[in-house]
Amino acid sequence: MDVKSAPAIAVENLVKRYKTATAVDGISFQLASGTVTGLLGGNGAGKTTTIAMIIGLVTPTAGTVAVLGAQMPRQRYRVLHRMNFESPYVNMPMRLTVRQNLSVFAQLYAVPDEAARIASLAADLDLAEFLDRPAGKLSAGQKTRVSLAKSLLNKPDVLLLDEPTASLDPDTADWVRSHLERYRAETGATILLASHNMNEVERLCERVIIMKRGRVEDDDTPARLLARYSRETLEEVFLDVARGRDRQSEATR
Amino acid sequence: MNATGLEFSLNRVAAMVRRYWYLLISSWPRLLDLVYWPTVQMLMWGFLQVYVSQNSGYFANAAGVFIGAVLLWDILFRGQLGFSISFLEEMWARNLGNLMMSPLRPAEFIAALMVMSIVRLLIGMIPVTFLAIAFFGFNLWSMGLALVAFFINLILTSWAIGIFVAGLLLRNGMGAESMAWTIMFLFLPLTCVYYPVAVLPHWLQYVAWSLPPTYVFEGMRALLIDHVFRVDLMLEAFAFNVVLFGGAVFAFLKLLDSARTQGSLLQGAD
Repeated sequence: MDVKSAPAIAVENLVKRYKTATAVDGISFQLASGTVTGLLGGNGAGKTTTIAMIIGLVTPTAGTVAVLGAQMPRQRYRVLHRMNFESPYVNMPMRLTVRQNLSVFAQLYAVPDEAARIASLAADLDLAEFLDRPAGKLSAGQKTRVSLAKSLLNKPDVLLLDEPTASLDPDTADWVRSHLERYRAETGATILLASHNMNEVERLCERVIIMKRGRVEDDDTPARLLARYSRETLEEVFLDVARGRDRQSEATR
Repeated sequence: MNATGLEFSLNRVAAMVRRYWYLLISSWPRLLDLVYWPTVQMLMWGFLQVYVSQNSGYFANAAGVFIGAVLLWDILFRGQLGFSISFLEEMWARNLGNLMMSPLRPAEFIAALMVMSIVRLLIGMIPVTFLAIAFFGFNLWSMGLALVAFFINLILTSWAIGIFVAGLLLRNGMGAESMAWTIMFLFLPLTCVYYPVAVLPHWLQYVAWSLPPTYVFEGMRALLIDHVFRVDLMLEAFAFNVVLFGGAVFAFLKLLDSARTQGSLLQGAD
């Protein structure tokens, strides 16, 4: 396969079964390099498990995941230094200051000139005034920004974000989205974004994958999804999918 | 870049040691706690030894055998605890997901935990050894080369147990936390910390002799009572430790694989 045309992320017939439940049920998709894709779905749709398999934290029951050409989780050490991840399911150690936390992760990712990189991220994400405060003493919004800074430390080629603006006020959330847009434009990174915020997905993503009960229910650009469901917002599309309304009958009603 | 799981980076080990060091110095009660219990234990056993030696000819001739035992036991117990607590810090902080998707290799993670186990042990034990000299005239450092052999064998056992417990925590989450605090107490009666192996029932002696620390505590008694350094016991302990350490690393890797399969790396704090 031509390396340049190879997808940044390739998911093929991916399945994850636990003892009593199937979290992901045979999904397939490919994400081209430099694209931003939204992963939508209600609670329990399988979004977090899918992301966890992409970053190698969970081993698939069946199917394959390849990131930048490396099979996950078997070949994960070929690419983990080129990826990063932000999620509400993991925290930064609370008793370390923001600067200490970022320094440790910068060293783990072998970031050159870590002090300059931390200073640059602190300026970009407005962290400078609490860099020397313990992470546990920050507000939810500040913690999210620190977690985002951690995920950008190594200038990842593949960035996976789980609800990146969930606890941010509208102004800060908008600002973070602008930062992500700028980051993608500057670096050509591939971003996969799980979110419940439809405005965010409409603004950032050129493609939307909608999951329900572990399966991909729909997969297209936001504009085509709106046209297909005859809706004006992605939120309405999401509700149609979540509530099982048939898109053809909705469209012809 | 070499990208196998076998690659080892001292820089990443240093990053993790740095993280645990920041954590340790951020709380003076935690630093105090490292010294508190070893001091209390040493004082209690020291005074008991003083009392017993005044009433028993055997113990009068075996000066320091209780204090020596409690100090060596603390190397074993605190070595494992130092390893396990550093690991538990990651579970309490819900930071495992961040670490496990970073380039940090399992061997580097384990190496950092081993370094911190020694750092915590030294902070806790060095002041206590000087207190033992001040209170009871017992100088652990006078054991010289024997102390080095005792220390190496005890710390190897403590790391092996710590690695196994870390695997259980990865696989079973915080449900296995109590193992980190209590597992070493199983070794207390079986490794004959305060009495000779001959005291045990015959069948239980086979179990005792399969545990490396038993050789160390027998070796300590030989040194303090008979004034003989038993090199043979230290070599046997080391051989058992190599097997135990290898088994623990194997179990850790299997439990880590199982944790990936069960999805418990994202839910470590549950």
